[in-house]
Amino acid sequence: MTDDDRVFKALADPTRRFLLDRLFERDGRTLTELDSELEMSRFGVMKHLRVLEDAGLVVTRKAGREKLHFLNPVPIRLIHDRWIDKYTERQVSALVDLKRKLEEVS
Amino acid sequence: MTITQTTTQTTQVYRVYIRAGSQAIWDAITKPEWTDRYGYTGRAEYDLRPGGAYRVHAPEEFKAASAAQGFECPDVIIDGEVIEADPSHKLVSTFRMLMDPDTASEGFTRVTHEIKDLGNGVCSLTLTHELDSAPKLAALVSGSFEDDGAGGGHAWILSDLKTLLETGTAFEK
Repeated sequence: MTDDDRVFKALADPTRRFLLDRLFERDGRTLTELDSELEMSRFGVMKHLRVLEDAGLVVTRKAGREKLHFLNPVPIRLIHDRWIDKYTERQVSALVDLKRKLEEVS
Repeated sequence: MTITQTTTQTTQVYRVYIRAGSQAIWDAITKPEWTDRYGYTGRAEYDLRPGGAYRVHAPEEFKAASAAQGFECPDVIIDGEVIEADPSHKLVSTFRMLMDPDTASEGFTRVTHEIKDLGNGVCSLTLTHELDSAPKLAALVSGSFEDDGAGGGHAWILSDLKTLLETGTAFEK
């Protein structure tokens, strides 16, 4: 499996996207904190975090006795940079912005 | 585009895998002839010993762009002090962003670069930015202001660094 395959596989699961969303809100969480937000066994959450770590989307760091989980956006950035260059960036973000604004109103 | 962050992140961690040797990655981080080729292209100057100075000089286009908007860009846009320098392995330094008075007033934060040789010609580079009491800088380096032309922060810099080391060409060129 290539690095990109691992990233896409990791992202192709709603639970794993949910975990990334939680880390985007607030980075550096423990397994216990992440676990408490999911109706799932701790073992299940650990398995999902392992897939995210293998894809490089989550990086862990020890702080005292705790293991903290951080969202690593670099693999997603690399995929972004592969297809969106700095000249199309503005057009793409303008459309994303428009979609968001229109959907907020309705 | 607005990115809503409910709580302030105090530490950010970024990791990238690069097909290059640890010495090449070290040079790309610490030598001005490399740092002016990727990311924000500022020329970095490191005095690689504990207590040594760290400075990044503004690229000419930064100065021109800010002059066009009617404010003066300082020559040194980042300053700090080297805390630990273990060549090809680990670099710890303080970091203060001087381009903007708001981030300048937040004072010094701390950046750690760690390079690990994983064999097979691949290294991992992990950048940890400890941003206690620097919420404005935290938003800037996380790329929140990219649509306003402030660049994509650390993720963008590291992605560009990987591209440069692996292909010999960065995005801008």
